[in-house]
Amino acid sequence: MQTVLDQFLNFEIMAKALPLLMAGLLVSAELCAAVIPLGLVGGLLLALATLSKRRAIAWPSLVFVEIFRALPPLVLLIFVYSGLPFAGVRLTPFAAVVIAFMLNNSAYFAEVYRAGIQSIGRGQWEAARSTGLSQVQTLAWVVLPQAVRNVLPDLLSNTIEVVKLTSIASVVSLGELLYAAGMARSLTYNASPLVLAATIYLVLLWPLVRLVGRFQRRLAA
Amino acid sequence: MSPNRPMLEIVALEKRYGDNVVLRGVDLRVARGELVFVIGPSGSGKSTMLRCCNRLEEPTAGDVLLAGRNICTGSSRDLDRLRLEIGMVFQNFNLYPHMTVVGNVMLAQRKALKRPAAEAKAKSMEMLQLVGLAHKAEAWPAELSGGQQQRVAIARALALDPKVMLFDEPTSALDPELVGSVLKVMKDLKDAGMTMLVVSHEMGFAREAADRVVFMDGGVVVEEGSPDEIFGAPKAERTRAFLSRVSG
Repeated sequence: MQTVLDQFLNFEIMAKALPLLMAGLLVSAELCAAVIPLGLVGGLLLALATLSKRRAIAWPSLVFVEIFRALPPLVLLIFVYSGLPFAGVRLTPFAAVVIAFMLNNSAYFAEVYRAGIQSIGRGQWEAARSTGLSQVQTLAWVVLPQAVRNVLPDLLSNTIEVVKLTSIASVVSLGELLYAAGMARSLTYNASPLVLAATIYLVLLWPLVRLVGRFQRRLAA
Repeated sequence: MSPNRPMLEIVALEKRYGDNVVLRGVDLRVARGELVFVIGPSGSGKSTMLRCCNRLEEPTAGDVLLAGRNICTGSSRDLDRLRLEIGMVFQNFNLYPHMTVVGNVMLAQRKALKRPAAEAKAKSMEMLQLVGLAHKAEAWPAELSGGQQQRVAIARALALDPKVMLFDEPTSALDPELVGSVLKVMKDLKDAGMTMLVVSHEMGFAREAADRVVFMDGGVVVEEGSPDEIFGAPKAERTRAFLSRVSG
């Protein structure tokens, strides 16, 4: 029993690894700060493109969404980081992660926004357009505020998925939280840093998961 | 514009959805300050005709002129500007549920007319006063009855100082006891000189307030005349059949 505790819950080792993990957490946070806004904005633009009446815009966007929802993000990331150099495109790990995530996330967020926009009835559009508001104004002031509110739980749970997914950046040696924990594990020959990293993820994300649940119940009520 | 020119002219209006012909050449004129009432069986094309008047429905052929200006030509920005002059009231009110009553009335004033906030607010309160709902300015649409919501929708359209008001079955979704309050607002509007084109089944209101009644069936105007003529002595067989059906 003691050996198990020593291997997994060794507080001495955790304390030593903490500064390394905190540096990793900072990188994770930077990553989130880059990829979440890009995904949210990219997804919105993509959703609007898929809903366009112009086929030349809607079709390619729909294909884009389908492809990048079907491609595993890990495959995408390895391709962007290790595949593109064969075409002469060499990216830093951070840039590779941002690009791979943007492709993946915007496709996922686009589907959420699309459901939200489609949940708003034609009457809202007609009322707004009949008062002289342009299409863009109608979208901005009438449709999107309601659409986003309707899919807020989905947007939020998607965002949580993105935060969790940043851990795959460790495969391209980006020093985020999981990579730092893995490093600390190999330096100390002890699994406790991994347990600590898992705990950090849990502590940060659990309240958000609860929040999503609250939103869902409130919308259902 | 000459004073004799109609405020709203519908000329040879056609609307087709594929093989389905909904309007087969409708001609209709509404003079300044006139209230024209359109009746007809469901599927007669009356709502489609009304929705072509601000191009919520795109006409297949024909023209709609507002004070002499063709709304069927020109860019989408031209259309947005013309729509400011054409108020529309819908069967289902279509208030914006995420905005308060006064927010609903202010939105297009601010964003489309670019009125300053204070002026838009003042105008909104004036319009809400007109429909008897100034005390509900800060309420949410969901807190109002159907009749109140429809009166807010009327105020929202009026706040843009339209030249014409289009009413698309404005009382059809209301409980019977709430119909009167909406009709009263419409009567007040008429008395204030508003030009109105109304699609509705409220025959009693048509008798009382309409200058002219138009009977549509099968995508054409079958007959038009004063309320007395249409309700008292309809000429066309189809009109007689329809009126005897609705009066039970």
